[in-house]
Amino acid sequence: MATAAITAERETYLNQEYGIKSWLLTVDHKRIALLYLLSITFFFFIGGFFALLIRLELLTPAGDLVQADTYNKLFTMHGQVMVFFFLIPSIPAVLGNFLVPLMIGAKDLAFPRINLLSWYLYIIAGVLMLHCMLTGGVDTGWTFYTPFSTAFSNTKVIEAGLAIFISGFSSILTGLNFVVTIHRMRAPGMTWNRLPLFIWAHYATSIIQLLGTPVIAVTLVLVVLERALHLGIFDPTRGGDPLLFQHLFWFYSHPAVYIMILPSMGVVTEIVPCFSRKRIFGYKFVALSSISIAVFGFLVWAHHMFVAGISLYAALIFSALSYLVAVPSAVKVFNWTATMYKGSITFSTPMLYAFGFIGLFLMGGLTGLFLAALGIDVHVTDTYFVVAHFHYIMVGGAVMGYLGGMHFWWPKISGRMYPESLGRLAAVIVFLGFNLTFFPQFILGYLGMPRRYWQYPPEFQVLNVLSTAGSTILAVGYLLPMVYFLWSMRYGKIAPDNPWGASGLEWMTSSPPPTFNFDHPPVVNWEAYDYENIPAPQEARSGG
Amino acid sequence: MADSPTAVEHHNPALKHHFVDMEQQREASSLGMWLFLATEIMFFGGMFCAYLIYRYWYFPDFAAASSSLDITLGTVNTAVLICSSLTVVMAVRAAQLGKRQQQVVYLALTLVLGLAFLGVKAIEWTSKFEEHHVPGPTFNFQGSIPGHPDQPVDQHHAQLFFSLYFAMTGMHALHMIIGVGIFAYLLYHAWKGAYTPEYHTPLENSGLYWHFVDIVWIYLFPLLYLIDRKK
Amino acid sequence: MYDTFPLWPARASTTAGSVDALFIFLVILSAMVSVAIFAAIVLFAVRYRRRRGVTAEPIEGSTALEITWSVIPLGIFIVIFLWGAVIYFKERTPPRGATEVYVVAKQWMWKLQHEEGQREINELHVPVGRDVKMILTSQDVIHSFYVPAFRIKQDVLPGRYTTAWFRPTKAGIYHLFCAEYCGSQHSGMIGQVVVLEPAQYEAWLSGGAASGSMASSGESIFQQLGCSTCHRSDTQGRGPNLAGLFGKPVQLEDGRVLTADENYIRESILTPGAKIVSGFKPIMPVFQGLVSEEQLNALVAYVKSLNPSSSGAAGSPAAVPSGAKPQETKVQ
Repeated sequence: MATAAITAERETYLNQEYGIKSWLLTVDHKRIALLYLLSITFFFFIGGFFALLIRLELLTPAGDLVQADTYNKLFTMHGQVMVFFFLIPSIPAVLGNFLVPLMIGAKDLAFPRINLLSWYLYIIAGVLMLHCMLTGGVDTGWTFYTPFSTAFSNTKVIEAGLAIFISGFSSILTGLNFVVTIHRMRAPGMTWNRLPLFIWAHYATSIIQLLGTPVIAVTLVLVVLERALHLGIFDPTRGGDPLLFQHLFWFYSHPAVYIMILPSMGVVTEIVPCFSRKRIFGYKFVALSSISIAVFGFLVWAHHMFVAGISLYAALIFSALSYLVAVPSAVKVFNWTATMYKGSITFSTPMLYAFGFIGLFLMGGLTGLFLAALGIDVHVTDTYFVVAHFHYIMVGGAVMGYLGGMHFWWPKISGRMYPESLGRLAAVIVFLGFNLTFFPQFILGYLGMPRRYWQYPPEFQVLNVLSTAGSTILAVGYLLPMVYFLWSMRYGKIAPDNPWGASGLEWMTSSPPPTFNFDHPPVVNWEAYDYENIPAPQEARSGG
Repeated sequence: MADSPTAVEHHNPALKHHFVDMEQQREASSLGMWLFLATEIMFFGGMFCAYLIYRYWYFPDFAAASSSLDITLGTVNTAVLICSSLTVVMAVRAAQLGKRQQQVVYLALTLVLGLAFLGVKAIEWTSKFEEHHVPGPTFNFQGSIPGHPDQPVDQHHAQLFFSLYFAMTGMHALHMIIGVGIFAYLLYHAWKGAYTPEYHTPLENSGLYWHFVDIVWIYLFPLLYLIDRKK
Repeated sequence: MYDTFPLWPARASTTAGSVDALFIFLVILSAMVSVAIFAAIVLFAVRYRRRRGVTAEPIEGSTALEITWSVIPLGIFIVIFLWGAVIYFKERTPPRGATEVYVVAKQWMWKLQHEEGQREINELHVPVGRDVKMILTSQDVIHSFYVPAFRIKQDVLPGRYTTAWFRPTKAGIYHLFCAEYCGSQHSGMIGQVVVLEPAQYEAWLSGGAASGSMASSGESIFQQLGCSTCHRSDTQGRGPNLAGLFGKPVQLEDGRVLTADENYIRESILTPGAKIVSGFKPIMPVFQGLVSEEQLNALVAYVKSLNPSSSGAAGSPAAVPSGAKPQETKVQ
């Protein structure tokens, strides 16, 4: 590659080739990351649109905006789209795809063509899902419980099941690629203990994707077969057991929530050291906690079934194990906080998202302790308490981590700076809107408002109105970055190689990087997060 | 990894640009295949789990249903698959020794054995169809609990057995078909001389896949065919 | 009946108090932890904000600290686990002598029947201070019986019975919700639990048009369907003697021993071939599709009511006359 000249246009992965074919047939992990970025953003807005309709309906106790059946489809498809088509791919498929090779000093992922295949599988799944939604939708809840989904629902269960089945393979292939890449393609000197913790987090996530996703794949196959052929595997009138479905479903779907949160923890673990100008506190423990979460996460699935009809003894075991899995998450929160101690802190947009993440993830995690307590869970399971809990983790946690990461690495990805004050404003709007939307739901849940209710008793209205008000603020907070990221691609300040003065190999190449990532393959002989040796951030060059 | 690969590897046309050398490429491909097989274990595992639970609950009905399967054909298929795994190993060995002709022969044999397996499976399924043992509206299992001629088999439980039988052997057969396709592809490229002692990774990895599909059958056969057989 | 803006659910059962106690403990604990972490972050953010000439201090970590803040939370978690487990254990162990109510859930309504025979739809009348055990099943999909004021919830499954119990402590009218999504009118499948003072409850009981207790309806069905032909009260029957069966261990033909609970009785009627009693032939006809859920419940109530043969006439149920306290049954 030619060395970059300041005045001539430098060759980057963005301008190396133009034309739609060069994008649709690319095997460059960075371009594939952008393909994913477009697709998941599209689905995020679809899922978000459904959420807004749900919240609008819930402004009044009566069911007066949409019909009951429509409402049931709305919450089902909101869940399916957000979980399978936004959250599960989000950070791994966008930031992971872009950064994993860069962070370890490789030229690409181990299997570039499989990477492209995973995107196409995602798109095929997405098109099938869209078709399903446009031609009638599905109303089983994202959890597909039997026998309702197999023998009673009159909606397009098979199509939705198949769409999710295909999207699962996209997820599996991404995970496979990451594990092999991290094992085999690290640059000379990049030992396991020098890896950025973002990589450790993605490694743990990938293990879950590999081992967990096939289980929901086969479960959905069985549901589709049962529905199409009236087999009886989950139908009690034919000797089957509906609880078997729940066990198989949650065996994946619980670890799935760790697929959704671990990558954003990885993002936060990159941001906090950078904007505190010091290494992460307790590197080994943070790495170990990611792996522990992945392992223990497979052992707790039946905590979704405490009132489902499982035995008392099973409930006791799963409750105890659920408390075990909470420990590594707590450790991370303490380590992030300790990293700030005696640091030199700046309040950039990524750092604001990191603060928001830590606070909201903490609250979500603490409410998980409530749910793991058997006596409490009997009262609050299947109510808005659970809805609030998982939105604190997935939206307050995972989405804020995703947005923080997008801001942090935007200069690297696009070569441009986003407008910093708008960035901070959006972060604050998201944080405030989020809390107003979801905190009242904890109260609603304890009061007894069940979830998936189209209409509700009038005494729940005030809290529902507060929640809806919050959701409109949240929506504004999400729209802002869309607007200014697009704006920055044309008008943003040109980004230097390392605008934040961050550690990590990705910052040692240009912004945006050349197609093969590094002009010269790096050789690593320093520890991760060696901020004492990294100079303060450069100023961005102005001009277009 | 050395920064300057050997002259041979630098010019090996099979080396992909993002790998440093052939060894890295080979190890990455191999690890990838092993991980993929781990996902396959989890995939089949879900069905095995459902099967084991229902078999435990409805053992007598499952035993009755199982004895209606053709044990001869099942054994033949087991032998066929084990032989085909042998021919795969021989093909890989031939590649390691640089013997193109042998590779082609063994790959062709593997293909034939794989097709034979599928053929026998088709025969079995056809007879199940004729006996009305296919789950659905036409399902009708006539029979009694083994050892208790006065106790009829529960139709629902028998249908559960056959639902899982068809799901599991069907999924297995699908994997066999994919395997046959892969080996047809390998046969063509082996004939063109693509696989050498320095580079035969596709053969090795596809061999791993084939062995895995074989092992799944080795579990399926006794679980499905050999419940409570007293010969 | 309700405030327009409640912030705490009514407390109307013996369980509610203990659940609330743990909940409040957890709220306080969470508030303390959150405040501590937020305060630390704010403190550090302010105290250690970037200032010219001041560099960050490179700190690797501290194994002692890591162990401390792993072990202490784990200790606290164990306490919470045990506390929650104790409450749950009590919730899942119905006391002996509880009055029984059979509940059949269907899309989208609750059908309830008292032991004494009263039927209710979407409403359940119970007296203050009496233990009530519900035996629940569904006619179609999974539902969930949820009374927030009692802090109890139990999924209701098709094809088997699940149980839940409560003891009301305060008269009033409380929401009954279906808490497991079950289709179109899931949010319409609501009703109320009416807790009455004992005197008022007796008045309600005697005012209702009771067509005899469940056990006596069960006895009629038992005769109608011909069960008494084989299930005689002596040892001459082709089927086992059902007197005193409920709650006792049963030896099956394949060697297994299990307890004759509601699910066992139900399964034995619907798919008798599944569990053959040792020493008997598998000749009982299959009743799946021939009895409704309500009839099944009545039959189960009848079998439960059968005393040991010392009570005289074979198969006479221990019927609960309305207005009297329920007889102490031996088991459960």
